[in-house]
Amino acid sequence: MSAQAHETTLGLDHRKLAMWVFLGSEFLFFGAFISTFLLYFRRTNGGPGVELFDIGFTSVSSFILLMSSLTMVLAHHAHSQRDLRRFRIWLLATAFLGTIFLGGQAYEFTVFAKEGLTLTSSAMSSAFFVLTGLHGAHVAIGIILLLSTWTLSRTGKIKADQDVKTEMVGLYWHFVDIVWVLIFTVVYLIPYDLVVFGG
Amino acid sequence: MSQTDTAAQASDAAHDDHHGPTTKQYVQIFAVLFVLTGLEVAASFIDVGRVFVPLLIGLMALKFVLVVGWFMHLRFDTKLYSRLMYTGLTGALVLYTVVLLVFSDAVLA
Repeated sequence: MSAQAHETTLGLDHRKLAMWVFLGSEFLFFGAFISTFLLYFRRTNGGPGVELFDIGFTSVSSFILLMSSLTMVLAHHAHSQRDLRRFRIWLLATAFLGTIFLGGQAYEFTVFAKEGLTLTSSAMSSAFFVLTGLHGAHVAIGIILLLSTWTLSRTGKIKADQDVKTEMVGLYWHFVDIVWVLIFTVVYLIPYDLVVFGG
Repeated sequence: MSQTDTAAQASDAAHDDHHGPTTKQYVQIFAVLFVLTGLEVAASFIDVGRVFVPLLIGLMALKFVLVVGWFMHLRFDTKLYSRLMYTGLTGALVLYTVVLLVFSDAVLA
């Protein structure tokens, strides 16, 4: 029996099945925080609000995260073709792009804090920082997974025929990307337009 | 041939099916995602009137479907994974739409 085969009674790999159940539940997790932000984005307690958003800067961050999804899928594609050299290069590229995204988020948070938008300044700011902070934490966990996968591959613990392991990391990473697709539109673009341009 | 060997071969065959898209197709999907994001940003800075919110939701949904379909391989995997994902998504949409409808007046008043 192949080391790869971990079927359930459904004939599917149980790790992949578990990952999809987990990702399905994550929609409920992030949905709660997105809804909270939508309820409170006008409640700024007299302080700054969504007008502080730098849409140009956040757009660049979004492009970077989208690009990291491409490098991730190329890493998995290379691994599935047993090309470990390219697999590791794309894996590192994904981790690098994720790190740039996190750096951008840290910069954005610092700018907001200087303008008076902090975690405790209003209901809007609390909802915003908790939501985007939790997304950032997911990205950070993803980077750790990517670097762990790279290390395990270098040390021979992940072999050329074990691309399901890369697929697991990839599913998680793409999920983090699609959550940002939702956040970028629903948390940044739409509220900014409604508040700044009056919708 | 043992039952486990057959299961392993079935798994491998199913696994091969997951890798349908080529590198070129992945890059093309990324290019489409890039353009859609550009359209979203452009729509935020030009006055498109009342279609703004529906337009952005539509573009967002399109990006979502492209990522889960191609990058997460749902188009090429068993339908069960799609059902699991869309069950969670639908549950979240229904639950939080109800929450928004119930509490929006109280919060925004």
